[in-house]
Amino acid sequence: MNMRSYLLRKTSQALITVFIVILINFFLFRIMPGDPIRVLIRNPRISAEALEKVREQFGLNENRLVQFWIYIKDLFSGDLGSSFNYRQPVLDVIMERVPATVLLIGTATVLSIIIGVILGVIFASRRGSKIDVIGLSMSLILYSMPTFWVAIIMVMIFAVYWQIFPLGGMGMPGAVYANIWDELVSQLHYMFLPTVTFALILVGEYVLIMRSSLLEVMNEDYMLTARAKGVSRKNLLRKHALPNAMLPVVTLIAINLGFIIGGAIQIETVFSWPGLGRLMYAALTNRDYPVLQGLFLFVTIAVVGANLCADILYRYLDPRVKS
Amino acid sequence: MNLPAYNKSALVVWKKNLKSFWLIYSQNIMGLLGLGILTFFALMAIFGPYLVSITTLTIDGVTQVMHPPTSNYWLGTDDLGKDVFAGVIIGSRVSLLVGLAATAISMTIGTSIGIISGFYGKFTDTLLMRFTDVFLVIPWLPLMLVMAALLGPSLGNIIFVIGITSWAGTARIIRSQTLSIKERPYVERARAIGSGDGHIMIYHILPNVFPLIFANTVLVAAIAILSETTLSFLGMGDPTQVTWGMMLHFAFSMGAVSFGAWWWLLPPGICVVLVVLSFTFIGYALDEVLNPKLRRRDQ
Repeated sequence: MNMRSYLLRKTSQALITVFIVILINFFLFRIMPGDPIRVLIRNPRISAEALEKVREQFGLNENRLVQFWIYIKDLFSGDLGSSFNYRQPVLDVIMERVPATVLLIGTATVLSIIIGVILGVIFASRRGSKIDVIGLSMSLILYSMPTFWVAIIMVMIFAVYWQIFPLGGMGMPGAVYANIWDELVSQLHYMFLPTVTFALILVGEYVLIMRSSLLEVMNEDYMLTARAKGVSRKNLLRKHALPNAMLPVVTLIAINLGFIIGGAIQIETVFSWPGLGRLMYAALTNRDYPVLQGLFLFVTIAVVGANLCADILYRYLDPRVKS
Repeated sequence: MNLPAYNKSALVVWKKNLKSFWLIYSQNIMGLLGLGILTFFALMAIFGPYLVSITTLTIDGVTQVMHPPTSNYWLGTDDLGKDVFAGVIIGSRVSLLVGLAATAISMTIGTSIGIISGFYGKFTDTLLMRFTDVFLVIPWLPLMLVMAALLGPSLGNIIFVIGITSWAGTARIIRSQTLSIKERPYVERARAIGSGDGHIMIYHILPNVFPLIFANTVLVAAIAILSETTLSFLGMGDPTQVTWGMMLHFAFSMGAVSFGAWWWLLPPGICVVLVVLSFTFIGYALDEVLNPKLRRRDQ
């Protein structure tokens, strides 16, 4: 299969997925509990005029097919409705909070991959030794912890008992800094704890996948061949095993994005980090359904896009996929 | 090769398989440890709630709220003066029940879709697997949260939401195994003597994917328990039920973190970690038993 048809196939698959998600999003908010109106009534803050406006906006007097058409049309013009809580278009509310989340997720992911790959290599190359067993157990334990609980513990230790980091937030509200350096230091001070916590949660999986992937590669025939040829232990690892063992890590980053977003919701909730996760928690507690729906769609499209990128990247990295 | 097995009763074969399985499994320290922890919590969930009751802590006739542990109340009290230790014990039952029920739903959906998809192939397969891929790619927690928020907070809804969102991985694994099993001679033989599709799927394919179902159940159970805790923590749980996740939810929202009430925040979390860990350990051990490739070559 050549590159073009591969790209075409993967892209169309991604588009179908997005379409199904749009369908789910549409029906989930309409059919499951009744219609949006019945959901809205649960919100005690809604007024009669607002109710009528929503009914009109969703076109609820029309049949389902027309409703779906209106929904799709609005979607493509970037209209995700407007938030009950913030009285702003949902897209604006979401976009405002994207940078904070990207900053948190990006830093934590890079940090955890670097540490995870290094530790994975160490554990795999010393398989069965004390350090491998301890490391493996630690990874499994971290992997078994609820993300929000790890965050709570980190806050308790470093912000409540030792008080070396702030309890949460992204910076001092209304603070004015003498120079950019001071501002940066303050930013890092606020960012440190959530980022390290996030990395701690993500690292376990990278360690495990790197270790098992490396072990699997070590069992391959070409490793035996290389050893028979007299390749040194160092080169065996660096030139023969690592490039192949890194492949699953690449896919894991993309597949993991869904998991990472789940982590962001919890970390941002505990640390009051003003990003998408915190927004989701707020939307849940306020029953702000338009924001919830918009966020769900936004996040899903981001994940599908990331998966598509990983598929394409994987093809470049692994020549075996081409055949 | 398979012929002698037909002369024995199914039970004898089962017993033999189980025995040889246990021989390998029992050499795995992690597996044994996991089994031990799980047994402990299972006993706690079954008998624990009969032994304790959530009492109000009174010291010298005065109700103490958010009190650190004392000799009478080993894990202190919460914001209403209720005994945290009793809460942890009582919470074990619903927490485990939710996890198991959700796992059962998830495994049933995953196994059915996997077997049907792999067995029929062609259009059915394409359709079902596309559907599965969609579920695999949708970020999990947001999906669960959206569904839970729309359905409203109740125990049944939590179980339903976790079960309905966590089957995709199982379906994929079961499907690929089914693809290989349906080509085996005994399936062809069954077809030759006139067995229907349903019969073949239930009596020939299901028993042969069973080890995989078994190994996967353990992993799904771990995820289900974690999901229950997280959903409850984020306020999607049933506020009338005591679960570890609900305890953590109340502790967090009542400011136990800045109060430094470690006795309220740590125990429910530790229980969750231990249960999830026991499932993970068992899953890890099963993987080593069922996947010979992972066993060491030089052994």
